[in-house]
Amino acid sequence: MEKKAAIELKNITKTFGKVVANKNVSLTAYRGEILSILGENGSGKTTLMNMISGIYFPDEGQIFVDGKEAVVTSPKDAYNYKIGMIHQHFKLVDVFTAAENIVLGINDGKYNLKQSTKKIREICDKFGFDLDPEKKIYTMSVSEKQTVEIVKVLYRGADILILDEPTAVLTPQEIKKLFDVLRRMREDGKSIIIITHKLNEVMELSDRVAVLRKGEYVGSVTTAQTNENELTEMMVGKKISLNINRSEPKNPTDRLIVKGLECVNRSGVKVLSDVSFTARGGEILGIAGIAGSGQRELLEAIAGLQKVNSGEITYLNPKTNSIENLRDKTPKQIRDLGVRLSFVPEDRLGMGLVANMDITDNMMLRSYRKGKSMFLHRKAPKTLAEKIVDELGVVTPSVSTPVRQLSGGNIQKVLVGREIAASPKVLMVAYPVRGLDINSSYTIFNLLNEQKEKGVAVVFVGEDLDALIELCDRIMVIGSGRITGIVDGRTATKEELGILMTKSRYESEGDKNE
Amino acid sequence: MISYICRAILIGVPMLYGATGEIITEKSGHLNLGIPGIMYVGAISGVTGAFLYENACGNVLENMNPFLSVLIPFLCSVIGSALMGLIYSFFTVTLRANQNVTGLALTTFGIGLGNFFGASLIKLVDSDLPSVALTKTSNFFCTKLPFADDLGWFGELFLSFDFLTYLSIIIAIIASVILSKTRVGLNLRAVGENPATADAAGINVTKYKYLATCIGSAIAGLGGLQYVMAYANGSWSNDAFGDRGWMAIALVIFALWKPHMAILGAFLFGALCNANVYAQGLGVETQELFKMLPYVVTIIVLVFTSMRKKREHQPPAHLGLSYFREER
Amino acid sequence: MSKTKTVHKREPLFHLVKRDDMKWWQAWLVRIAAIVVALLLVGFISMLLTKESFFTIYETMYRGVFGKLETGSTVMLWKYLQKTAILLGLSLAVTPAFKMKFWNCGAEGQALVGGLASMICMIELGDVLPYPALILVILLSSVVAGAIWGVIPAIFKAQYNTNETLFTLMMNYVATQIVKYYLYIEGGGSNKINPVAEGNLPMIGDNKYALNVIIILVITILMYIYLNYSKHGYEITVVGESQNTARYVGINVKKVIIRTMIVSGALCGLVGMLLVAGTDHSIDTNTVGGQGFTAIMVSWLGQFNPFIMVLMSALVIFLNLGSAKVADNCGLNSSFADIAVGIVILFVVGCEFFIRYSIKFHHTKKEARV
Repeated sequence: MEKKAAIELKNITKTFGKVVANKNVSLTAYRGEILSILGENGSGKTTLMNMISGIYFPDEGQIFVDGKEAVVTSPKDAYNYKIGMIHQHFKLVDVFTAAENIVLGINDGKYNLKQSTKKIREICDKFGFDLDPEKKIYTMSVSEKQTVEIVKVLYRGADILILDEPTAVLTPQEIKKLFDVLRRMREDGKSIIIITHKLNEVMELSDRVAVLRKGEYVGSVTTAQTNENELTEMMVGKKISLNINRSEPKNPTDRLIVKGLECVNRSGVKVLSDVSFTARGGEILGIAGIAGSGQRELLEAIAGLQKVNSGEITYLNPKTNSIENLRDKTPKQIRDLGVRLSFVPEDRLGMGLVANMDITDNMMLRSYRKGKSMFLHRKAPKTLAEKIVDELGVVTPSVSTPVRQLSGGNIQKVLVGREIAASPKVLMVAYPVRGLDINSSYTIFNLLNEQKEKGVAVVFVGEDLDALIELCDRIMVIGSGRITGIVDGRTATKEELGILMTKSRYESEGDKNE
Repeated sequence: MISYICRAILIGVPMLYGATGEIITEKSGHLNLGIPGIMYVGAISGVTGAFLYENACGNVLENMNPFLSVLIPFLCSVIGSALMGLIYSFFTVTLRANQNVTGLALTTFGIGLGNFFGASLIKLVDSDLPSVALTKTSNFFCTKLPFADDLGWFGELFLSFDFLTYLSIIIAIIASVILSKTRVGLNLRAVGENPATADAAGINVTKYKYLATCIGSAIAGLGGLQYVMAYANGSWSNDAFGDRGWMAIALVIFALWKPHMAILGAFLFGALCNANVYAQGLGVETQELFKMLPYVVTIIVLVFTSMRKKREHQPPAHLGLSYFREER
Repeated sequence: MSKTKTVHKREPLFHLVKRDDMKWWQAWLVRIAAIVVALLLVGFISMLLTKESFFTIYETMYRGVFGKLETGSTVMLWKYLQKTAILLGLSLAVTPAFKMKFWNCGAEGQALVGGLASMICMIELGDVLPYPALILVILLSSVVAGAIWGVIPAIFKAQYNTNETLFTLMMNYVATQIVKYYLYIEGGGSNKINPVAEGNLPMIGDNKYALNVIIILVITILMYIYLNYSKHGYEITVVGESQNTARYVGINVKKVIIRTMIVSGALCGLVGMLLVAGTDHSIDTNTVGGQGFTAIMVSWLGQFNPFIMVLMSALVIFLNLGSAKVADNCGLNSSFADIAVGIVILFVVGCEFFIRYSIKFHHTKKEARV
């Protein structure tokens, strides 16, 4: 059967400021096939798909739908071209029922929810969705919400479906169900594009794979004619040398021990299970993993910000040699125990710093309680702020400039500088170089190395595998909330990490059963 | 007893108008604390319209067209309060000003406007009492339904009211139906719950916010008109309207943002305010404590719903926040 | 699929961009411009209504406030200062709560129960306690009463996230009704309480307003220090800016909410005491007179800065008294003052838009959505 091109991209380029998100990307999706878009975090997959679905408009290049050029300027336009996208963050009104959400914004004559419900049921029956149209969104599981989003798109008559990381939030059973549905849609002649970075799913589900790397199109392969290793290589590329200095750890000593940690997030989904590891002083422990695999919850659990369901977190105090239990303690209690734990969170302005406060006041966040006086002492923080501005080369008019006015790199320097100034024994950093230019990144790497040499146990959550491999002494890989392996940073390869990272729960669950 | 209930209903109607209007506004995500002021403006616009028409007819009853003498105050009231709603929405929707502050400023402004024009009218009529009496217009407003006097308690309880009272119930029911059963209602609720989602679904968020606020204000304004024309028999005196606007806002919470619930709530509030008749044996001071009940009950409802966290009974999720598309 | 859809949609003429680059003095220039425009508008409206000349109106306004100074009488001026002080006091009281993003719309009620507590002490204990003890009891009881009124909504906000705007609003009217109840009990049929001689705050010389003004001035300075230089103030800022950050650094958010509302309510209670024991020596439901609501606006307009609030409350009261004078002189109703205040506040609130956003006009065709 001759395949018909459903959608064709030609030389698409999109930039945000100086950052090139997509460069000259050309690819085609055919009718009746499932195409995977594979790539690491930040490789421009989502941006590319957002241009098809009308969220962004390309700077250059053309989009063809069924062979005709299409101009998609809004999600509404996309629906007119029968394109529908299911975003990672669902756009649903919580207090509405599924049916109400599905018909929202459609103007098709008479408003008749009963009739619509009937039509929704027909769609569900046709493709095998399990959905109660009268159920309220807020009572639904993530998987059900996703189903609503998919049905919403189908209800609007889409026959090109784009799914952004659809399996990231699903259980193995739910993934299986989703795949069945997607296959049925393929048989119906629909064109399905799924954005993913899980190799096993790519292999299992898709007909073809298109690989993106750092915003550029690497190539497409037919799934049947490729294997995981080839795909990994296409995805991560050749090793790039960053020339980060790495000293040998000097007599590493155990500092932070995590055993059998299990956590559940606010919506009741298990985000960490059976996580055990030890962070040693004088060593950088890297944590690699696909974004959202439980890294944030892990660090927040240690910092006392995330409820722990079971497991232990213990800290060995180098001064007193006493063993402190950190589980179920608030950040303040942890500090009162004399635990010198610093934490650079992923969300710099939303958590690590107060955007509207100046640099001096942000310096005080950790230390303002010191002393019995009712009043603040701004002298020490001001000196510290000046010192950090000076030593780390923070570009700012003055230390009394609100941090929100600084650039990303400078904001990060302020945050990391503050956390290091507390002379920690354990330093946890999450994505410290995300969005930073090369020079700022090196400043941060050097700071981490300095801390390591001082005997601090550094825990580094990163996404750039090259950086992880060059910086860390050991790299722990986390996949779907489980530790899938701990490797030596000096001998690890990107491929090895890539495979460990993409080992999803699907697989590890399977491993257990065997 | 019957007359007690009738009185309670009559007291409740302005609150019902205010609450229905405020519910519609809040469903679009805007907490309009200007409602008390808007109701003053609704009242005074209607009064001014009636006053001018009565004067134009030379204050002679025979010259007055019953239809016009109802229609003119009605339209004036609607237009006046809708204009206030327009000011509110311009500030909070377009300029994205703080809703609480804008609302409170509008209440100050509206009450000032009401009393100012009220005083001017009082000066014009030059009467001994500090009030404007529009008895003739009021009589047209209060025309009873046929057979009201012939059917005993039934007539008194169901047929004896002014048309604005019936209209308030009709509007509340219509609003309820529109909100829960129509596409417009669905879209409006989506705007108040999650404007980003509504925007993505192709709903014109700004248009909905403006319309909801203006229509809501116009409805609330009728409450002021009903108070003057029916409850106060056509006499306007400054500050007489009192706290009824705030009571209307309380009623919104009590009714859990449902206009049809507001109907019952309004009459209950009316009954509580009217406790001095019911509780004659209790003495005046205890009656004042009775008047506290609507607010206390509202607080209890507010606390109870936030404790139970039942999602259907919460305020619209985006209430009080302004929406800016590029802020994601 | 319609073919017409393939045409580029007409782009909007302009779109809004959040701006962050406005210098503080530019921002204040915008605000001052807004006030000036609003004042001109008020003058213009008065001109239309009174047919007086533009300058006469402003002159009358000025006289309404600072008049009689030439004749040596300072009564008007002190009245002005007193009113400003009360409004300022309430504005200061709600500010810590606002800074925490807790919408305390209940200053009216909190001040009223504070005043009521003073009144009860004055009547019940007036001839029982010696004067210094009496004053102390009055002070304590009104502060505690205000704090209780403020902390109730705060507890529910902290515990169940109950909407505080609506809660505090309702508490106002509960307070009003309690006062009405008390008026009936104490005042009997007249529903009025005659000024009580016992338990009046001391007078400075023979000026009954001076003490109030001084107390509020002291509170202004203390509040400035509290907000900007105390650990509590710092915690309030952090909680208001980002509860996430507050948790990250180990601040107990619930505790801060409750503590701050105790402070806020207590201050309102204190102002209530100044009104009852310090000024009126009596109470009615109109003792606070809506100033609790105006205070919300003043606090907001003052950008949480106590010293700017001094200017803002001075402006609002100036307008209030001034336009009342214009109204009086020209035979208009005194409600004209409310209209004037409303206009000015709307203008100042509205002008924030031009500080926070800039309007970008489209000259080049590039993107439909950013």
